[in-house]
Amino acid sequence: MIVKALTGSKRYWGWVTILLFLIAIGFTCYLWQLNKGLSITGMSRDVSWGLYISQFTFLVGVAASAVMVVLPYYLHNVKAFGRITILGEFLAVAALIMCLLFVLVDVGKPMRILNMIFYPTPSSMFFWDMIALSGYLLLNIIAGWHALEAEYKAVPPPAWTKILVYISIPWAVSIHTVTAFLYAGLPGRHYWLTAIMAARFLASAFASGPALLILLCYIIKRVSKFDPGREALQKLAAIVTYATIVSAFFIGLEFFTAFYSQAPAHGMYTLKYLFAGLDGHGRLVIWMWAFAILVVLALVLLINPKTRTRDRYLQVACTAVFISMWIEKGIGLVIGGFVPNPFERVTEYAPTLPETLITIGVWAIGALVLTFLYKIAVSIKEEIV
Amino acid sequence: MTTSRRSFIKAGGACLLGLTLWPAVKSFAGNNAGNIENPGAPAGKRWGLVIDMQKCWPKYQEGCRDCFLACRKAHNIPDIADKEEEIKWLWTEPFENAFPEQEHEYIAAGIKGKPFIVLCNHCNNPPCVRVCPTKATFKRRDGIVMMDYHRCIGCRYCMAACPYGARSFNFSDPRPYIKEIDPAYPTREKGVVEKCNFCAERVDLGLVPVCVEACRAGALIFGDLEEPNSVVRKILSGRYTILRKPELGTHPSVFYLV
Repeated sequence: MIVKALTGSKRYWGWVTILLFLIAIGFTCYLWQLNKGLSITGMSRDVSWGLYISQFTFLVGVAASAVMVVLPYYLHNVKAFGRITILGEFLAVAALIMCLLFVLVDVGKPMRILNMIFYPTPSSMFFWDMIALSGYLLLNIIAGWHALEAEYKAVPPPAWTKILVYISIPWAVSIHTVTAFLYAGLPGRHYWLTAIMAARFLASAFASGPALLILLCYIIKRVSKFDPGREALQKLAAIVTYATIVSAFFIGLEFFTAFYSQAPAHGMYTLKYLFAGLDGHGRLVIWMWAFAILVVLALVLLINPKTRTRDRYLQVACTAVFISMWIEKGIGLVIGGFVPNPFERVTEYAPTLPETLITIGVWAIGALVLTFLYKIAVSIKEEIV
Repeated sequence: MTTSRRSFIKAGGACLLGLTLWPAVKSFAGNNAGNIENPGAPAGKRWGLVIDMQKCWPKYQEGCRDCFLACRKAHNIPDIADKEEEIKWLWTEPFENAFPEQEHEYIAAGIKGKPFIVLCNHCNNPPCVRVCPTKATFKRRDGIVMMDYHRCIGCRYCMAACPYGARSFNFSDPRPYIKEIDPAYPTREKGVVEKCNFCAERVDLGLVPVCVEACRAGALIFGDLEEPNSVVRKILSGRYTILRKPELGTHPSVFYLV
C-alpha cells in the first residue's frame, strides 16, 4: 500500500517538495540549536517554555480528531462517519508525531531523552503524558492501518482491531487530561492552577481537531475523486459547534472566578496581561483579541444553521475555530502561565527566527506524514469508488 | 532462511516495543540507589537556614557581597550578563518581590523595597522533585533538594513548578563565562537546569554552606531543623519569622527574621 504514496501527480510532488524544503530549513536551524543551546530561542529564565511546548499542547488537542469520528461510528453506529474514520485516525497520528517532535526539540539534552524510560518517575505528569501519547499514537497507527488494509482487500477488518478502537476512546480522553495535568498541578502558577483545566483541554480539543478534519475533507474533495460525504461533514460541524460553545463558556468561567473573587491566586494578573497588558507590557494583547473576535465569528457562523450548512461559511467558521484555538492554547495558555513570574514581574516572550523556523519545520514534518497517509488512504478509497 | 522486508520491519517494531518493558525490569531487578549514602556524613535530619536581614543590611549597604561571591566561586557559577539567561543560586530581591503576598501600601519604611537574600528554599514538600520526569532532582534524607546534572534532560518542568524562581537553565555553554574554574566542583553543560544545593558537598564533610561561612555579619544561620537544641531551632522558637509563599504548602526550610 505504501507504494501509493510514491506515485502521484506533479501537483502532489510539488507539495511534497515544498514540505521537504521547509523541513530542511527547520532541521538546519535545529542543528544550530543543538550546537548553541536554547540560547538561540526567545525563551528565558522567566518564560522557560515557549513556542515548542505551546505547539505540543495545542497539537495534543488536534489529535482528538480521531475520537470524535471513532466514537460516534463505533458506539452510536453513525454510518456517515464510516468513510472518514481513517482520516480522523491518520490526522491524530500526524498530530501526535508532531507532539513528540516538539518535546524533543524543546529539551536541552535530547540525547538523554531515554532517561525518562530508564528512570521512570510515576510522580511526574511528563511520565504519564509520554505513556498516554505514545500509546494513543500506536493505537491509531495500528487500528487505522489495518482498517485501510481491509478496505484495500475488500474484506472486513480483523475483529481484534475493534478492541483497539474501543480502548482508544477512553485513551483519547486520557491524553487531554494528562496534558492538562502537566499544567494544572503546579502550586505557584496561578493561571494554570484551575480544576477545569482538563475540561477546557477536552472542549478545545473537540473543537480544533474536528474543525481541521472538516477543512482537510474539503481539500480532499477538491484534489481527489473521493468525496467524504456531506452528511459526515455536517455531523462533524455540529460537534465543532457544541465544542466551541463549551470552550468559550469555560474561558468565561475563568474570567468570572478571577475577576469576581479578585484574588491574585486565581490568575487575574495573567488575564489582565493577556487581554489588556500589565505594567506596560502587552505583546499578546492583539493576539488574544484576535482570538476573542474569531471565536465570536465562528460561533455566529456555526450556531446559525443557514450558514453552517453552506460549504463556504462552514469553511470560514472552521478556519476561525482552528486559528482561535491555536492562539488560546498554542500561545496564550502556556506563555500566559509564566506571566507574571514568581517575583510578580513581567518578562515578555517572543520567539526568535530560528525558533520559528524549527517550529515550521516540525509542522512540515507533520504535514508530510499526513500527506503520505492521506494519499494512501484516498488512493484506496478512489479505487473502491 | 528467507525474511521478507515486511516481517523484518514487523520484528523490529516488536523489539522496539519490548524496550518499553525496561522500566519494569529496572524496578524489579535494579539496585536501590536510595540507600547509597556517605557514611561519614553527619546525621542531620532536615537542614535549614535562618536569614537575619537586619544584621545583613548595614554591611550590604557598604557593598558587602561576600556570600554571593563565595557561592559563585565555590560552584563555578557563570557570570552571564543577559538577564534572561542568568544563572542564579543566591541573590537579593526587594521585599515586595520576594514576599508579594505580604506586601501592602502602609508597610514599614524599614522593610519597603529593602533587599532580601533569596535562594532555593529546600522545601520539605518540593514541587520540583514531584514533577521531574527522571529523578534528576531529588530530596535527600537530610532535606537537601539536589540536582544530578548528568541525568537532567533539560525539560525545564522543574522551572515551571518552582514557585520561588530559584532555578536556572543553561541556555548556552556556561564554561566561557566562568572566570576561574574550581576543579573541586563540577562545571555544567549547556541544556541542564541548576540551583543552590545548600553546599551538600560541604555539609557531607561536616562543614556549613560556604555563604554562611563567608558572612561577616552573622546574618546566615545554618542548622538542623529537627534537632530541638540547634541554633536555628532556638532562634525560630524565640523570634517571629516569615517564609516565602507558605500558602502553597511547599514547607520551605529557609526562614527570614524581619
